[in-house]
Amino acid sequence: MVHQILFIIFGVICVAGAINLLAQRHPINSALSLVVVMSSLALIYLLLGAEFVAAIQVIVYAGAIMVLFVFVIMLLNAGAEERTRGSRVALLMGVPGVIALASVVAWIMISERHELGDVSISATNFGNTQAVAHLLFKEYLLPFEVTSVLILIAIMGAVVLGKKEG
Amino acid sequence: MVPLSWYLTLSAVLFALGIVGFLIKRNIITIFMSIELMLNAVNLSFVAFARYWSEHGLKLALSGHVFVFFVMVVAAAEAAVGLAIIISVFRTRETLNVDRVNLLKL
Repeated sequence: MVHQILFIIFGVICVAGAINLLAQRHPINSALSLVVVMSSLALIYLLLGAEFVAAIQVIVYAGAIMVLFVFVIMLLNAGAEERTRGSRVALLMGVPGVIALASVVAWIMISERHELGDVSISATNFGNTQAVAHLLFKEYLLPFEVTSVLILIAIMGAVVLGKKEG
Repeated sequence: MVPLSWYLTLSAVLFALGIVGFLIKRNIITIFMSIELMLNAVNLSFVAFARYWSEHGLKLALSGHVFVFFVMVVAAAEAAVGLAIIISVFRTRETLNVDRVNLLKL
């Protein structure tokens, strides 16, 4: 029961933050709403027993990536969003289409909930750092090394793109 | 006991809000934030399924957490390169509105 109440509280905060991201016109307000969404998602990960994922969600996503966003918004002195026409097709077809898609997916999930079953909150050492590290450095060692190469390329790309020309 | 369907529904709703933001927002930084929102929604279903399959005794159920780790690495790399591109676009066009960035050559 407590588990369900906690899920509903954090889920509502999540969706409210995401809607606020769309409603706000100034990018800094949208960025702060996204921090709210990511923090409450970290708490939902804790409800699922994913301690390590919750920690890196706060440190990497809500910390590092959002600081980068806020830094760029301040650097470019981005003001309120100006309303231009944009693509009418995207508004007239896209938004109702997306809402219909989300409703269909949600309806399928809700109607199949008995086949899908439940997720409990039992306190085992399921998602702690030791268990994730065993998997990451044994079964997934090669993909892990490839991601370090990816990060290196991204650093060089960011430096090349960001430097002043000439 | 929370039904797995609740987690998946929350994930679908967040993903749909990310797509709507991608379609209706005109500021390139906010569009980028909508992409991050979609990545987060996918991560939520990865973690929920990892928990679900570990309760059903699947041995490598924790792979879901490792995939979330990889998604975060790619998101960090994407944010660094994407924001560098945004700075570079702003330097040449002096605007962040995607409707004014519609020519490849100035």
